[in-house]
Order: sequence, then structure tokens, then C-alpha cells
Amino acid sequence: MEREEHSENSLHTIAIILMCCGAVKMLHMLGVITVDDKADDDLEMTMVCHRPEGLDQLQAQTNFSKRELQVLYRGFKNECPSGVVNEDTFKQIYSQFFPHGDASQYAHYLFNAFDTAHSGSIMFEDFVTALSILLRGTVTEKLQWTFNLYDINRDGYINKEEMTDIVRAIYDMMGKYTYPVLKTDTPKQHVDAFFQKMDKNRDGVVTLDEFIMSCQEDENIMRSLQLFENVI
Amino acid sequence: MAAGVATWLPFARAAAVGWLPLAKKSMPKPPVDNSSKSDEILYVNVSGVRFQTWKNTLDRYPDTLLGSSEKEFFFNEETQEYFFDRDPEMFRHILNFYRTGKLHYPRHECIQAFDEELAFYGIVPEIIGDCCMEEYRDRKKENQERLAEDTEATEGADAPLPPDSTQRERLWRAFENPHTSTMALVFYYVTGFFIAVSVIANIVETVPCRPPKGSVKDLPCGEKYQVAFFCMDTACVLIFTFEYLMRLFAAPSRCKFMRSVMSVIDVVAIMPYYIGLVMPENEDVSGAFVTLRVFRVFRIFKFSRHSQGLRILGYTLKSCASELGFLLFSLTMAIIIFATVMFYAEKGTKNSDFTSIPASFWYTIVTMTTLGYGDMVPGTIAGKIFGSICSLSGVLVIALPVPVIVSNFSRIYHQNQRADKMRAQQKVRMARIRMAKKGTANAFLQYKEDRGIGDRDSDSTTMCVKNRSTFEHQHHHLLHCLEKTTLCMTESAFRTSRSTSLSSQQGAHNNSTGCCPRRARRRAAMRLANSTVSVSRGSIQELDTLHSKTTTITPQTRSSLNAQPTDLKLNCGEQDFTAAIISIPTPPANTPDESLPPSPAPIPGILRNTRATACTYDTFKISSL
Repeated sequence: MEREEHSENSLHTIAIILMCCGAVKMLHMLGVITVDDKADDDLEMTMVCHRPEGLDQLQAQTNFSKRELQVLYRGFKNECPSGVVNEDTFKQIYSQFFPHGDASQYAHYLFNAFDTAHSGSIMFEDFVTALSILLRGTVTEKLQWTFNLYDINRDGYINKEEMTDIVRAIYDMMGKYTYPVLKTDTPKQHVDAFFQKMDKNRDGVVTLDEFIMSCQEDENIMRSLQLFENVI
Repeated sequence: MAAGVATWLPFARAAAVGWLPLAKKSMPKPPVDNSSKSDEILYVNVSGVRFQTWKNTLDRYPDTLLGSSEKEFFFNEETQEYFFDRDPEMFRHILNFYRTGKLHYPRHECIQAFDEELAFYGIVPEIIGDCCMEEYRDRKKENQERLAEDTEATEGADAPLPPDSTQRERLWRAFENPHTSTMALVFYYVTGFFIAVSVIANIVETVPCRPPKGSVKDLPCGEKYQVAFFCMDTACVLIFTFEYLMRLFAAPSRCKFMRSVMSVIDVVAIMPYYIGLVMPENEDVSGAFVTLRVFRVFRIFKFSRHSQGLRILGYTLKSCASELGFLLFSLTMAIIIFATVMFYAEKGTKNSDFTSIPASFWYTIVTMTTLGYGDMVPGTIAGKIFGSICSLSGVLVIALPVPVIVSNFSRIYHQNQRADKMRAQQKVRMARIRMAKKGTANAFLQYKEDRGIGDRDSDSTTMCVKNRSTFEHQHHHLLHCLEKTTLCMTESAFRTSRSTSLSSQQGAHNNSTGCCPRRARRRAAMRLANSTVSVSRGSIQELDTLHSKTTTITPQTRSSLNAQPTDLKLNCGEQDFTAAIISIPTPPANTPDESLPPSPAPIPGILRNTRATACTYDTFKISSL
């Protein structure tokens, strides 16, 4: 009698265990709980491809010759076979040129400047348009582009905070070991000097016209702008 | 810099415009780039297979051969292409690296060939992409192991000892490689025999023998023939102790030796005996003493010095330590789980054997290893169900690590076999190399002889110029120059001379190697100091023609200074004759080591004094040592 009772108990135990396993399996099948095999779903997302507009159109839109566009595209396509550059890749690429410091913040601002459509990725057209301006554009266009770069929130004004961010990002690229050693308020001083020069009406912000005018007055800047014409 | 960075550099430079308004000073001038900016297609011809690629593609990696100006060295002006005399199959992979930025390792290629190609093209192997890196690493490691084995085998322990090794070194060698000397072999077998005797004695000791008269109970033989066994044990231990002490004495590094496994086994094998001697015959302690006797069985491990297979097994187990550890761990986990389950399943039954969880361990182990003694069986249904699950899973858990261990053993065993094969092959290879060297030396001497003749007569040259390549000509000329520089002569083993003119030309089997074996010559000199017969020096069997016309034949060697007054009676007609180059061995003060090879100098090439006994070449008697 006792034995039967105990057998019954053990049988009950087994039955309970089996029911629990069954329940878990059913929930898993229903998708309520996942057990470690969701890796398959992510693969489908990455196959985005983008083709640029025709060569002639690009040639019309930019100041590059056909050959130059060909060279540019071949390089671009080789690095990014999918035809688009997203921000992380962009940061990675740009950081390779500045091994001493941290170029990610500045690269972020650059990315936004390149990505005029704010789509989150740079396509070949954006790339080439920006390069066209920077390398073959007029002085005004270049300065406008630069203003765009500094104006982080795209409100048409550069205020001190935006400028400080930019300057700090640039100083970050230099890294920690510089000569003379960077002090914490060096960026701030730099920004103050900048505003001193650029902000004509002393209203605390720099507008596009003020910017262009101040730059045109500065000999150094004008001269330097010519330096980058033969990069490609 | 990393892949493809060169492509983005123009973009980075363009973006520098963004810094300009902030710049405190003016920018430096940019570098002037005079090279053509337009992209062009380059042609690369690799052993006939033509590849074409953009110049930009190759410029991506400026620190490789193709990306730098180094490739200009390979530029062929006539065909306007870069020509490389390398493997086109491999080049395909190299070029793909430039194109895609990833280097792949072709699995069917030899790892060394691949490495060499990479080295040639200036590509660092670390760039290999992740997809192929593992394979590459494995193959490379395997290859390195193999090479290490080769070098080990070449400097193998079978090489003869240097002649001036001490007694100690010789002893150590004898111990480590018994087949180098007969004594060592004898000792080796003797110790093996005694190990066997000792082990057998241990076993037989415990077999029950017939009881002595007057007693009913069976006695183990050890107690019946106590004296005999004691003597045998003593003898064995003496031999082992002696062996151990000799090894200790001979070992090059005693500390290292004492810490090695074999030494520990030796010590453990002989210690119990000495401890037994020392300990008093006390009832209390003898219990411990009995335990010590167990260690005598370790003597069987001494066999591992005698058996290669045993060593391999031990090494395998050591190398599979992690797998064994894993096996043990998983087994322990499984045992604990099943023991607990069984205990609780069988808890209620009366008279159950499963009194506690540790008691269930025994059942679980016996079941999982499929032994199934049957001393503990579950009674309840649940117990039986879990028991069957336990035995099924036991088979799996134990079967898992076994293939790993087996494959390890197989690998190590084959490696060992390979070492032996390598050794055999080395011997053949060395023999072949020696023959080749001899051939070269002979060819060189032939060349010198021919040159001597060649100076004189063009007819003879045609006769003696064989199919000798430009390489050989230049090589021989080089060796010739070396001789002139060092004023030594190469020696060769006996070589049949071309001379029909020499009557008794006995080849001198001078086995001295090296350029100027003074010792050998001195000995020869001593022996023939008073000989009137011209003695040919060692094995120099150069033949020279003497210009019969010219009268003055100035001896050009120092050896001539103290020779007998030379009468070079070489006015023997117009015929050519070949005279053996002989130099009279001088007293040690002035060893006649130098001799000048026949030079095309105006001085006709007489090298040494010839002490001609007769004029005509017929009667030249040259005897050589």
C-alpha cells in the first residue's frame, strides 16, 4: 500500500515535469518567448543597394570632368559596394587619418554636412556634390558650405555653443599629447577670438553674411582657400 | 594604413576647408604632385599571363611592391608592361587583395609557397581576411612544427659526439641513447630485465603457496620464502639505486634531472625499500609500511624508458588533459544530478539501498558506465524510468571525449613515426650531398687542369672543354680566385689523371679535408725527408704543361727556396709532357703549402720544383704517398 502510494507520488512528479516542458515548448512555438535563435532575422536587412544617377547628369551638376567622376566613383564603389556610406563607416574612415586623437565627433558634424538630405547615409551624389563645392566651387560656395558645417542645428545662425562644440571636436582630433599642452579653456579662447572677428554687430551670433564678409576680409583665409583646388 | 584609406584621402583633404575660418595662421603649401592625375590601366605580365588593372588599384597599398616605386624595377620598356617571373596562380590572389582589400589563402596551395609569394610582393600575412585566417594559421603552425622536427632530427642524438667530450657527457649519452655503444645497450637490457623481475616478484609474492608442514592455512608465497624474496628485492633495488646515482652524476643539469618525471618515478620505486629498512619492526607502524609497499608497483613505470609507445601514451594523456578534465567535469555533473533524482525517486521504499545521495553516487556511476553490478537496483517505477535515462545518457557522456583522445594519440604517434622517417631520409640526403660536393670539387680540379692546358694549346682546349655551362665556368673561376687569394689548394680524393705519361701515378688517398692540412703533410714530409724520389705532395695531382721552349722556369713557390738546387731539366725536346706537380716536402719550418695554380701569366706555369729524374716523360717517376 505504501509502496503504491509512493509510486503514485513519483508518477505525479513525472507528470508535472512533462507538463512544464510541454508548456514551455508551446509558448516558444507561439513566439511568446524566444530561446536563443533569433539570429536569422537580422540577415535580411543589410542588402541595400543604391545606384547613382547617370554620369552625364552628375557631370552637369558638378564641376568635375567625366574622367574625374569615373575615378571618384570607382574608388567609392570599391570601398562601399552597396553604394551608401552610413555614419559609422564614415567615422571609421575619417578616424584613420587622425590616429592620435578622437575624430568621431568632428566626423559626425562632417557627416551631417555631407548628408544634405538628412537621410542618415551618404550616397555618391552627396559625396560628389560636396567635393565639387569644396574643390571646384567659388569662394562664396565654399564659405557657405563651411557655414553649413558650423551651423549644427541648421537655423541659419552660429552661436557660441555650436562653435564651441565644433572647436572642441577639432581639438579632440589632435589628441592628448600636443605641444604646447592643451589647456581646458583653449577651445573657449579660440571661440572667443573667432567671435571677435566674425560677429560684426556683436549680437552673439554669426549669420551667413557676416561670416562671408569677415572671411573675405581676411587675407589668410582667402589664400588658404586656393590651396585645396588640386587635391584631385 | 588600413585598406582603401588612400581612396578617401582626397575627400579628407577637401574636408579640411572646414577648418580654414578657424585657423589662426595660414595653411602650409600643399605638396606638388607632378605625376599624371588621370587614372591609367597598367599591364602586369606574370610568366606570360597578362593582368590589367587600374593604377589606382595598385596605389591603394603604397607599402607593397606593386604599390610603390619598386615595381619600376620590373618594368619592361619594350613591351611597356611590368614583368614578373612568378607563379600566375598565386598572383591572382595577390591582385585580388588589391582589388577587394581582403587577402584570401588558397587552400590547395603549399603554405610555404604562399608565404614566399607574400614576402616577394611585400604583403604582410596579417592582412589575411578572417575567412581564411584560421586555415592559414593552422597550416603554418603545422609546417613550423614539421620544420622544427626536421632540425631536431638533423641535430639528432645519433650524431657522433665531439671528440673531446668528457666522461660525464659520454655517460649521459650512453644513458639517453643506449644503441650508441655496446656497454650502454647491455646496461639497458639488464635494467629492463631487473624491472621485470622485480614486478614479477611483487606479483608472485602474494600468490598463495602450499602451507609449510604443520599448518593448514594457505600462506602467500611472500611469507613462505621470505628470505628469497627479500634477497631478490634487495638485488633489484641495488641495481636501481646504482642506475639512479649514475644518471644523477651524468646529468648535465642535475636540478632539471631531479625534477623530471622519470627521475621521480625512479625515486618512488626505490624509496619504499629504504624506508622499510629504516623503520623498526613495529606493529603500529607496519600498517603504514604495508601501504608503502604499494609504491613498489611504480617500478613498472620504469619501463617507459624502454618503450617508446608507453611514452607516447603518457604524452597523449598529458596533451589531452583538457578533454579529460572536461569529461570528468561533465561526468561529475551528471552523476550528481542523477544521484539526486534517484534518491528522491526511491526515497519512500522500504529496504531501499538508496539511503543517501552519496550512496546513490555508486549506483549512478555503475549505471552510467554501463557496468551494472546489480547490487543496487531501483524499485519504484519512477526510479526505473530515471535509471534507464541515466544509463542512456551515460553512454553519450563517455563516448564524447574519446574520439578527441584517440585522434590526439594518432597524431602524436604519427609525428613520432615521421621523426624516424626523417632521420632515415636525412642520411640518404647527406650522402647525396656529399657526392654532389665531390663532383663539384672534381669538376673544379678538372677545370684547373684544362686551363693549364688551354693556355698553351688551343687544340687541347677543344678536347677538354666539355659541356660546361657558363655557370660552371664562372664558378670555377671564382674558386680559382679564392685559391689565389688564400694561397691554398683544394684537395680531392683520388682522381684518375688524364696523364698517360705518368707511369706510376698512385693516387694519394689523402682524406684530409680542408684547404691546408698541415698535419698530414708534415707527417708525409717526415717520412720522406730523405727520399730522393720526388714525392708528390699529398693528393695534389695537378698536371701542368711546361713550356718546353722556355728555359727559365722560375719556381714560384717558397717551397723552392729550400729545395735541392733545382735542375729543371726540362729541355726535353719539343714535346709536351705533363709533369706531376710535385713539391718536395720540406722540414716543418716551411711547409710547402702554397702553390700557385697555373696562371696565364707570362711566366710559364711551373709551380713547384720538379725534381726530374729523367727528361723524357716516360721515365718520370712520381710516387705519391
